[in-house]
Amino acid sequence: MNAPLYSIPGSAQAAATPAPTAVADGGARTVNEVLAQSQVEAVMDELERDLVGLVPVKQRIRDISALLVIDKLRRNLGLEAQAPSLHMSFTGNPGTGKTTVAMRMAQILHRLGYVRKGHLVAVTRDDLVGQYIGHTAPKTKEVLKKAMGGVLFIDEAYYLYRPENERDYGQEAIEILLQVMENQRDDLVVILAGYKDRMDTFFKSNPGMSSRIAHHLDFPDYAGDELLQIGERMLDGMHYRFGTGAREVFAEYLGLRLKQPHFANARSVRNALDRARLRQASRLFADRDRALSKDDLSTIEVADLRASRVFAAAS
Amino acid sequence: MMTNPTGRLTQGQFSFLPDLTDAEIALQIDYGLKKGYAWSVEYTDDPHPRNTYWEMFGNPMFDLKDAAGVMLELNACRKTFPNHYIRMMAFDSTRNTESITMSFIVNRPAKEPGFGLSRQEGKGRSMHYTVHSYATDTPEGERYGS
Repeated sequence: MNAPLYSIPGSAQAAATPAPTAVADGGARTVNEVLAQSQVEAVMDELERDLVGLVPVKQRIRDISALLVIDKLRRNLGLEAQAPSLHMSFTGNPGTGKTTVAMRMAQILHRLGYVRKGHLVAVTRDDLVGQYIGHTAPKTKEVLKKAMGGVLFIDEAYYLYRPENERDYGQEAIEILLQVMENQRDDLVVILAGYKDRMDTFFKSNPGMSSRIAHHLDFPDYAGDELLQIGERMLDGMHYRFGTGAREVFAEYLGLRLKQPHFANARSVRNALDRARLRQASRLFADRDRALSKDDLSTIEVADLRASRVFAAAS
Repeated sequence: MMTNPTGRLTQGQFSFLPDLTDAEIALQIDYGLKKGYAWSVEYTDDPHPRNTYWEMFGNPMFDLKDAAGVMLELNACRKTFPNHYIRMMAFDSTRNTESITMSFIVNRPAKEPGFGLSRQEGKGRSMHYTVHSYATDTPEGERYGS
């Protein structure tokens, strides 16, 4: 009684249309054809251009891209293989560009057709773990549903596991994550990020998590000249520039700041520049009758940098 | 019943077509997501056409980008209520629309007994007609052999 007695013109019963994926790629045969179709080169070049340093990270991203391109070529020739697991962990000190790279990763994976939508959902412990019994699972699942088809970026992932509190709900979130990471790796990529030492303890106490993550990327600290380069790019992005001699003073500043505790790489550079902008503003503000040119307004002078307490502490 | 020769419940979109496959359902969901609709899953075991508000399975899903998330919820609902009617609803939150814009059945009981026409004699030999679902002769939760 339930089988329809009518037939739809042009529809073959039971043979429900499987989505034609392999054919739709246009049957590329060479690496260049795949690259041309996916425009992944553009993102890679952008990555190379915009991000200073981070050589091992860039190398790993190139490797992953290569694997995905070759996989696509294999698929075009009918060599089926299970989709590679691309869950990653980004470890490194604060301000080494983990979030920035994760953002790019989503783009790259989307261009290569590994994730369908290519959006990034950035969450922390608060978004995953609930406050009372039965609150965690729906919360985590909701986040996972939002991240489907894209990349789920869990910042400071080590907070998920709190060994000192045995009734902590973080464990529940981890278990749901693991299940989805295993069963739906076509649907989303999970990237865990955090500081190196804490992530190591996190993985040690959650071996299941560690083994499901294929790529452990370590973000190295920036060297002094790389930081200077980063600083210049930041200024450029904000339409400021160094005045005469200010660049050298900033290099000197970075050298001193590096030796102090709590140095957060690019983030510290940004903060230092923000403070220099403050000082520049109050310097210009003090002289009320002066007509300010475009040059005046966009130049960070030596004095703006020299006033930092880093120099005062050093002398 | 000339209008519905199969005896299947026909409510919402696509209900005269053969059941949609999961791939086809995912395509419909993607279409809705592209339009910015929020999907939700609802179920019931009372197929009466005037039973407008079905039970919600979980919350409506806002801010989703991909059909996989909605399918996750649908499959969970199918697992919990394999012998119920389940439908997908797309809510359009655009100002002045703010209502359901898509709705289609994605799961039905194995056996749908259909409806009977019941007659009631009114004043002056006038007749009042209504439909009655045979399924609702048994209590809620025991219909369709579940």
